[in-house]
Amino acid sequence: MAVQALDAARLPVDWAKLVQKLALATALFVVAYGVVPAYASGYLVEAILLPFLALSLAAVGLNLLTGYCGQLSLGSSAFMAVGAFGAYNFNLRVEGLPLAVTMILAGISAAGFGVVFGLPSLRLRGFYLAVSTLAAQFFVQWALTKFGWFSNDNPSGVISAPHLAVAGLSLDSATGRYLLSVTTVMVLTALVWRLVNSATGRNFIAVRDNETAARVIGVPVLRTKLLAFAISSFIIGIAGVLWAFTYLRTVEPAGFNLDRSFQILFIILIGGLASIRGAFLGAAFIVVLPLFLSRLGAFLFGGLFDSGVLDMSQRIVLGALIIIFLIAEPSGLSALFDRLKRRIGSRSS
Amino acid sequence: MIGASLGAAAYERASEISAILAVANPVGDRRLARLSSRPDVVLALSGIGISFGGVKALSDVDLEVEVGEIRAVIGPNGAGKSSLINIISGLYHADRGRIAIGGQSFSRVPASRLARLGVARTFQNLALFGGLSVRNNIACGRVHTRRASFVEHIAGLPRARSEDAGIAEKTDQIVAFLHLESVADRLVATLPYGLQKRVELARALVAEPKLLLLDEPMAGMTATEKAEMAGFVRAARDRHGVTIILIEHDIGVVMGLSDRVAVLDYGRKIADGTPAEVRADPAVIRAYIGTAEGENGEDIR
Ligand SMILES: Nc1ncnc2c1ncn2[C@@H]1O[C@H](COP(=O)(O)OP(=O)(O)O)[C@@H](O)[C@H]1O
Ligand SMILES: [Mg+2]
Repeated sequence: MAVQALDAARLPVDWAKLVQKLALATALFVVAYGVVPAYASGYLVEAILLPFLALSLAAVGLNLLTGYCGQLSLGSSAFMAVGAFGAYNFNLRVEGLPLAVTMILAGISAAGFGVVFGLPSLRLRGFYLAVSTLAAQFFVQWALTKFGWFSNDNPSGVISAPHLAVAGLSLDSATGRYLLSVTTVMVLTALVWRLVNSATGRNFIAVRDNETAARVIGVPVLRTKLLAFAISSFIIGIAGVLWAFTYLRTVEPAGFNLDRSFQILFIILIGGLASIRGAFLGAAFIVVLPLFLSRLGAFLFGGLFDSGVLDMSQRIVLGALIIIFLIAEPSGLSALFDRLKRRIGSRSS
Repeated sequence: MIGASLGAAAYERASEISAILAVANPVGDRRLARLSSRPDVVLALSGIGISFGGVKALSDVDLEVEVGEIRAVIGPNGAGKSSLINIISGLYHADRGRIAIGGQSFSRVPASRLARLGVARTFQNLALFGGLSVRNNIACGRVHTRRASFVEHIAGLPRARSEDAGIAEKTDQIVAFLHLESVADRLVATLPYGLQKRVELARALVAEPKLLLLDEPMAGMTATEKAEMAGFVRAARDRHGVTIILIEHDIGVVMGLSDRVAVLDYGRKIADGTPAEVRADPAVIRAYIGTAEGENGEDIR
């Protein structure tokens, strides 16, 4: 379903659709820059929007690699860590580096790292590739705890995020961090959208759908895979910066463990592979699910429903949902969303 | 990225060098040198052999293909026809023998350079990109002509845009040529089998190859679809001047279509000539009567 959207660009201009799209984009801007900063509570921003934005961006990045290019990765969390620690160190060690440059450099570090750990993809496929990307996960955790330099020799290894400011304007408030996050996510998502609708994006899909045919018609398969790793890791690295700087407010290796990699993979499985919208739907789902479960649990079982039970019930629900989605709706929430829209459309007409 | 492309280049270089170092065969080499220097020979195979485990899929096969001809290669299932195509396109590496494509001689054809050598192919089992539309599948057939980087694509710079426009125009021409207009914007995976086969032909033709390898383009089709496909194959040769190797296991389909026919049986070439010569050849008759599908030539992929 999601891939169908790719081809919309080829259709003759449909004015009604164009107007609809413009209206949608305007609404998005009004909500993102008007309604949310003005009315959203601190809780909504800190506990829901900030993790939602960072995870969405990471999922967009992973979807590029796994959904579009077909390369399964369990290293997302490692690439996030490289981005976060990269940004921390660039900020610490280079005087007066603008925040945007810091973030781009962090993304580039993650991209370089992604290419190195993407090399096995030239030989390995599917499950075996996923296992080899675990190496990235373990290597990064090991290096970050082993070499104190990365955490500026802080004995606990937990360092607080630096001041955030753009052009002298402080972004340390919840609203400021939200604005930084939402702007970063929108800009990068727009770029990814352009990419997946370009010839490069179609190369990704060609490699995913039939590598042999892709090679024979002249798709540079090796280069395409490494490019997918590089761009995907760049985006996931910047998502790591957002995660640490705007949401956690600390930079620590434990924030980027294997659980996080699985979480991002689950987001794109639930949201829908090869769909940008799916990354956002999946992330929203994953962020809201524990809040929903804890409310529901407290309502049904009162005090019996403590955080341990919550954690376990969350795992069970998530596991069951993933199995259901893989069997019944492999195209994820994004496809469900499309179907719902069509049904509403046909009823109203 | 630089490291990546260097790595890829080194990999290709290495396979070319190993190709040069491959087993020498003076007699075959001289024959091949003579053939490949003739401008009217698009492809020349000499002494091709390949085996899989104990199975000799091909032994000592020679074949020349002249400019502008439709050259059929027929034979029962398992005769080695697909292996031959896979060797020409570099997906399999022959144990023995050499392949000359347009004057360049290889013992291992570099598959990643195949399109730039002027060779395009279709696959016996469909090999389309299921997640792309018909039009985008076809457009992928010209990917070897693209130079713009992903940054140029994202930024929509002039080179990327002009490449896109040029490829869109060629794609439209092929879509019209193969009557695919009505399905051009559909996801290719949603099309019926016969149409998917046609899209694969379109993806190969849009590359404007000198040599087109078709591996059973009509297998599994209805009689009407077969006739239609035969028409397209002939039109591709007549209008686009492309030289064609047509693999078929059904002797009937190729008789009216091809200029010359080579017959494979158990990996050996048992006959080669005009359709009439081949049909009268006692070895061919024996091979075909000896197999189950000799009577009606129907095959389920
Ligand atoms: N990749 C492969 N691995 C093992 N055996 C193969 C492979 N490809 C072909 N063969 C064997 O080689 C023989 C010829 O196969 P093929 O070239 O596909 O024949 P055809 O296309 O004429 O039906 C068969 O016995 C087949 O099993
Ligand atoms: Mg075959």
